[in-house]
This record gives sequence, structure tokens and C-alpha cells, in this order.
Amino acid sequence: MRPGAATRPISDIPEGPLSQPGTPARPISRLPAALTWVGFVALGMLVLPIVGLLQRAPWSALPSILSESEVLEALRVSLIVSLGATAACIVLGLPLALVLARRRLRFPRVVRAVVMLPMVLPPVVAGTALLFALGRRGLVGQWLDSWFGVSLPFTTAGSVVAAAFVALPFFVVTVEAALRQAGHELDEAAATLGAGAWATLAHVTLPTVRPALVAGTALAWARALGEFGATLTFAGNFPGRTRTLPLETYLALERNPEAAVAISLVLVAVALAVLVTLRDRWMPS
Amino acid sequence: MTVRFEGRVTRGGWTLDVDGLDIGEGVTAVVGANGTGKTTLGRAVAGLERLERGRLEISGNVVDDPASGVFVPAHLRTVGMVFQDHRLFGHLRVIDNVAFGLRRAGIERAAARRQAGEMLERVGVDSETWSKRPAALSGGQRQRVAVARALAPEPDVLIVDEPLASVDAAGRARLRSLLRDAPASQVLLITHDPVDVATLARRLVVLDAGTVASRGSVAEVTASPGCEWAATFLGANVVPGQAHRTSVTTGSGLVLTVASEADGPVYVTFPAHAVTLHRDRPAGSARNTWQAELERVDVDGERARVHLAGPLAVRADITRRSADELELRPGLTVWASLKATELTVVT
Repeated sequence: MRPGAATRPISDIPEGPLSQPGTPARPISRLPAALTWVGFVALGMLVLPIVGLLQRAPWSALPSILSESEVLEALRVSLIVSLGATAACIVLGLPLALVLARRRLRFPRVVRAVVMLPMVLPPVVAGTALLFALGRRGLVGQWLDSWFGVSLPFTTAGSVVAAAFVALPFFVVTVEAALRQAGHELDEAAATLGAGAWATLAHVTLPTVRPALVAGTALAWARALGEFGATLTFAGNFPGRTRTLPLETYLALERNPEAAVAISLVLVAVALAVLVTLRDRWMPS
Repeated sequence: MTVRFEGRVTRGGWTLDVDGLDIGEGVTAVVGANGTGKTTLGRAVAGLERLERGRLEISGNVVDDPASGVFVPAHLRTVGMVFQDHRLFGHLRVIDNVAFGLRRAGIERAAARRQAGEMLERVGVDSETWSKRPAALSGGQRQRVAVARALAPEPDVLIVDEPLASVDAAGRARLRSLLRDAPASQVLLITHDPVDVATLARRLVVLDAGTVASRGSVAEVTASPGCEWAATFLGANVVPGQAHRTSVTTGSGLVLTVASEADGPVYVTFPAHAVTLHRDRPAGSARNTWQAELERVDVDGERARVHLAGPLAVRADITRRSADELELRPGLTVWASLKATELTVVT
């Protein structure tokens, strides 16, 4: 105890149970009233755009708009790009998350900042950066082109790369946090039971963080599906190849606003589905 | 079939330096104050820590020898471990936790589950519990499952870290008998509990500040504990008896009065310094008073350890001065007394 700190005599401590059973304690609000109002205004700001979208929704025409060939083509490209990017996030992101969580790195803060960078980088900047790295005259792109004849910009593969670039941190950060929380104690127990490194990974480590794997995959997929700026900059806007649903929405806004609203509704529904998937993880009840 | 350990291990700022330790068949108890390297010793044998220098042999095979670059990883050693914090796999059912090691040894799922079930029965986990997840178990059940899981693959060496800390009364006696005749030929029992030492250990290793302070048979180490902590720990008296409320009837018929209520078979423990000796029948509040025959007096510095024979074979620590004043000598009959509040009842 600090010198001079007053001790409370034991007789001052009230008797009886700490809280009355059956009556949940509801603390008296200590927030300034004005702050509460601003908080609700902010909430309205988040809800309003969705309401705007819903009131303009061409409900009866929805099936016909969504079955237009351009929309279906954009949907096909979007599915290929977003699922391809998600697969890339899992294949590359899982080893990265394991390295970050389990290995002792030399500059952990720098490495973690690099991993997080695409989350905060403007997508257009990400696309530009990819162009100068993987473009035909880019740092690595020129070798891809001259050695393998592979050129990524303005191809579906390029869209996948752009979407994977922006989505990867969502998967890595989610899974790494879960791996850290799980700790290596169970891995040690598995080792004393005869499980080698791969068996431990397959039978203990990954099953233990399964909820985070699901959450990370859903987040990465949602991010890849919505990707616009990096895709447009790096992969362009070619129907049937790189024109995804968000690009189609943007284009439709000028010539056919109803179609833009219809596609937007589909993307809102997907986003809500992802939130439901993540409800236990990212939304405290 | 022995573990031979010689060398140094560092773990989280603590260093364990062992100048050559042979751990033979049966149960060897490792005792020592907190932070003296007990767990580190167990982890090094299991292969969860590397030796900085030295050599570790298990059953004649060198498993760790930094000088020649040998390190056999944990999963290739025939060493099982029961962790203090259990470490059950939360995503697996109880039966599959126990079958885990058998499955890794290449045994088919059905056969592994059958063997796991047999092991669970031996540790006293009934079959209703087998399909539950570890999160649904009590602390005592978890501990038993952890023991079953470590024993199921039949390791040569079993390391048990503070095994009975969280076990309920009924499970404790059962676990003790299980550890006493465990299928593992060598059991390394890391413990704080004098009852474990008295009832299970064939040999003792005393660790003090990262070195071996004493080793040998229980009798040898008790005679020469090597450090103050161990002297007090091993001086503790452990008396079995039958409890009924606050009375415990010992084997000789002497009834001890204790401060806490219990029923059924128990151990009564009390430190050696809690026993006071008198030439004449003492008056006063001590309820537990008996006449004892003095067997032997060991004088160590200012402390005299008095060994009493029947009706209770106990040790009493008194100062050398009072030993002189009482003119204690073997064969003498003295009065011993013990305050009820000094007695701990262990079920």
C-alpha cells in the first residue's frame, strides 16, 4: 500500500449480497445528452443510404434486370475473381498467419505493418503499385512476360491478383489473432502424444482456430467481392474478363440506374449474409 | 531402462543445472520450492526444452546432446506428459482426446477408441462422459482424462506435473493407485504434496535454486534433505486414518482431534515442528496428547529431529536446547502433544 493511503475500516463494508437478485443493475447514464443525440445521428447516417437504395428498388423488375446478359456476365466474373482471390488468401495467408503467430521475427512491428498496409492503402494506389510491380514493364512483370509469356494486367488473373492483394490482410489478421490466443500449449501436448509438426497442424492447431478460419475466409471474400479501385486500375474494365459486379454497377448508374440499384441490392444481401456468418466473432452480443 | 540426465537447460530466465541424475524404475518424486526448475526438468525429458549443454539418455538412447548435434523431437520420444493445466483438446470429445496418441501411432479409429475407453475406465471416468467435450467436465474429471490420455500410448516414461492439485477427494485415491502401478516403467512425479511422496514415491529428487540438492531413496533423502525447504517439506508427518466428523482414528487406535470435518479414509498431515514433547503429562488445551517411545534423536545444528515410535510413528523438530533440557535418549517414554489447528486433513 502507498504511504498515506487511507485504509477503510472493515466495519464500513456493507453487509449482504453484492447485488439484489432478479433486478439487473442499470447504471445511471453519465453521458452528456448532446453526445447521445450525435451518436444517433451517426447511426442514421449509416442506415440512410441503405434506405435510399431500398426505396428505389425496382422489386417487380428485379428478376428480369438480374437475368440480363451483362449482369450475368459480371456476376460470373465476380464469382471467379472473388473466389479465386479467397482461395489465394487461404493458400498464402494461412502460412503467413502461422509464421506471424508462432515464429520469433526480427522486426515484428515492421512485418505486421507491411501485412496491414493494404487495409489502409487507397485501392487506386494499390492498383497503381501492382501495375509497376507486375505490369508488362514492372519490376517482376517484365520477367514474367519475357520468361513465361505471362502478362497479368487487363486479364481475369490480374483481377484475382488485385482482389487478393486487398483481401489478404483481413484473413491473416483474423487467423493470426486466433492463433495467438490459442497459444502453443495444445501443440506441445500433441507433440508429447506422438504428433509431428504436420499432424499437430492438421489435428490440433487448425481445428482449434476453425471459427477464425471461417471468419477470415468470409471477410476476405466480402472484401474481394466488393473490390473496385485496385481492380479497375490494374486489370481494367473488360466485359466478360475483368468487369466485376461493382464495375458493372458504376457503369450502369449512367445508362440504367435501375440496374445499378438491383445489383447493389444483391451486394447488400451478400454483405448481410457475411455479417450473419461472423455474428459470434465480430459482433459482441 | 533409465533416464540419465546431465546438463543445463534455460527456460524463461530460469536455469536448471544438473550434474548427473539417474531416474530408475518406479515412481521418482521431484520436489522443491516454486521456481527451482521442477517443471523445466520434466519438459527437458519430454523434449519440449533443448539442453544448452550436456546429455540426456532415455532407455539407452541419446535423445539430446548439443555437442554432437543430436536432438530427438518430443513426438519421437517415448515420453508421455500430464500437464498441470491439463491441456485437453477442446475440439475433440473425451474419448478422442484419449485416443489421440493411439491414432498418431497408426492405430485404426475404432480400435483406438476401444483402447481409449478401457483406459478411461481404469482412471474412473464413466462412459456417459466419453462423448462430452472437455469444456463440459469438472476439474477433477479433466485431470483424470489428461492422465488417461498420457497413459494410453503406453510411454516408457510418464511425467506428471502437480497431478492431484485439482482432483476431487474421490478421484485422488484412485489416481494415486493408478500412478503407483502405471503401465509406464518410470514415472517422474513433480509434486508439492507430502502425501504423494509418502504414498507413491520410491525415490526422491530435491531441486533447489536450479540444482539437485539431494537424491536417493525416500529414507536417504529424508535423512539428508540438502536444503532448508526440503527439510521442512520432508519433515511433514503423514498419518493415515478413518475420519468421522472432527475425529480421525489412526491405525493404532489413537484418535486425533482435527479442526475440519471429514468422513471416510483420510491422511492427516502436520509439520514436524508442530509436535511438542514433554517429560510429564502436559496440562492445557492440546487435545491430542499421547505417550510415545523415543526411537532416535538426530541433531543438525541448532535443530534436533526426534523420531517417535508407536502409537504414531512421527517426527518432531525441537531446538537442540530443549532436547538437552528434556534429556532425550532412545528408549525413553515421553509425552507428545499436537494442537488440532496444526493438523491438515487430506482426503
